[in-house]
Amino acid sequence: MALDKNQIAQRIAQEVKNGYYVNLGIGIPTLVANYVRHDIEVEFQSENGVLGMGPFPFEGEEDADIINAGKQTITTLPGASFFDSATSFGMIRGQHVDLTILGAMEVADNGDIANWKIPGKMVKGMGGAMDLVASAENIIVAMMHTNKAGKSKLLNTCSLPLTGVGCVKKIVTNLAVLEVTKDGFVLLERAPGVSVEDIKNATEGRLTIPDNVPEMNL
Amino acid sequence: MITKKVDGVQNALQGVKSGMTMMLGGFGLSGIPENAIAELVHLNINELTCISNNAGVDDFGLGLLLQKRQIKKMISSYVGENAEFERQMLSGELDVELIPQGTLAERCRAAQGGFPAFYTPAGYGTEVAEGKETREFNGKMHVLEYAFDADFAFVKAWKGDAAGNLIFKGTARNFNPNMCGAAKITVAEVEELVPVGTLDPNQIHIPGIFVQRIFQGEHYEKRIEQRTVRQKH
Repeated sequence: MALDKNQIAQRIAQEVKNGYYVNLGIGIPTLVANYVRHDIEVEFQSENGVLGMGPFPFEGEEDADIINAGKQTITTLPGASFFDSATSFGMIRGQHVDLTILGAMEVADNGDIANWKIPGKMVKGMGGAMDLVASAENIIVAMMHTNKAGKSKLLNTCSLPLTGVGCVKKIVTNLAVLEVTKDGFVLLERAPGVSVEDIKNATEGRLTIPDNVPEMNL
Repeated sequence: MITKKVDGVQNALQGVKSGMTMMLGGFGLSGIPENAIAELVHLNINELTCISNNAGVDDFGLGLLLQKRQIKKMISSYVGENAEFERQMLSGELDVELIPQGTLAERCRAAQGGFPAFYTPAGYGTEVAEGKETREFNGKMHVLEYAFDADFAFVKAWKGDAAGNLIFKGTARNFNPNMCGAAKITVAEVEELVPVGTLDPNQIHIPGIFVQRIFQGEHYEKRIEQRTVRQKH
């Protein structure tokens, strides 16, 4: 069975290690916070100016002055801090943030990523994504392996305007966990019940398949 | 003390004209200068260039200026919440420069701090870098970006005093401090204008030297875009 969005988040949460400052993008990445182990110390950074993000507030306790990058109301945890946008991107550009998790429309087998614009159709803007992918050492992309029409989103070359070049290191999709190397995508794990053949068929870019591809452990 | 206090939004916006370039603080609808935006709508000036991370929603924030076609050009990083904006952009009625959010913040801070330009890795290899100078530092490519040049900066703070000192609250801080002193005239509106001497100098986020006019704001709506809550167990 292919993973749902929550299960993708659950698998990515396993990549979050003790002592990490983590930036979560909008969409599936936001869900990752729900699955991070409770016995490790992690702080979530939101680019609009907060470190130490907590869960959503209880009803009646929402504060218009405390939101995340998705404009959702949030809370803060003990030890949290607020700061201006330039300082926030100093944390990102200066590589003080250990892990960046973001969504993508397309990823190429050389690590290029596109996620901000469909010319003539959809133009939402890049927000902080270009700053994040240009600077972060450790980027995980959370995405569906194929689009609604069943076409691969893991490509030889991105067809959409790029967000960043050669920056994606790891991808977790509804079908697989993949690494991006100089030889293209390498299949690391497959979703429970999904075959290597299924993943091969859903991947347009160069794909290396090791002898043993274990199932994800969720 | 040098006093920056003016009475009301009309006085605060004196000198604002059609064709000017404006910076406006806020992230989404959080920390936007609601009073200044309302007055810009009221003044009915147009051909504005607006530097703001977002473009409001259809019926609030900068969306109010877009509705009345007062904006000629937007410089933003993310505009996904505003259908009218997307329509005007795709139809070519509105000139839009989308830039990385960190670059937007830094172009404000550069203007505030006297740097004409800076190099950033953000956007290298993308259409954002087209036509711009690039240079390699430590084996990595960077793009040259310039400080903004704006006529007015409109910011919103939580507390302030007549000296122009400002304190922000929560994530309503965002771009507001970076825009202070980044334009020829910075106008700060505050939820609470407190007597001089009551703000602890240790706690000031923006010293009054970066602010030319400050006024007590009124009728803040402080709309929430995505009200998200969890259930009590």
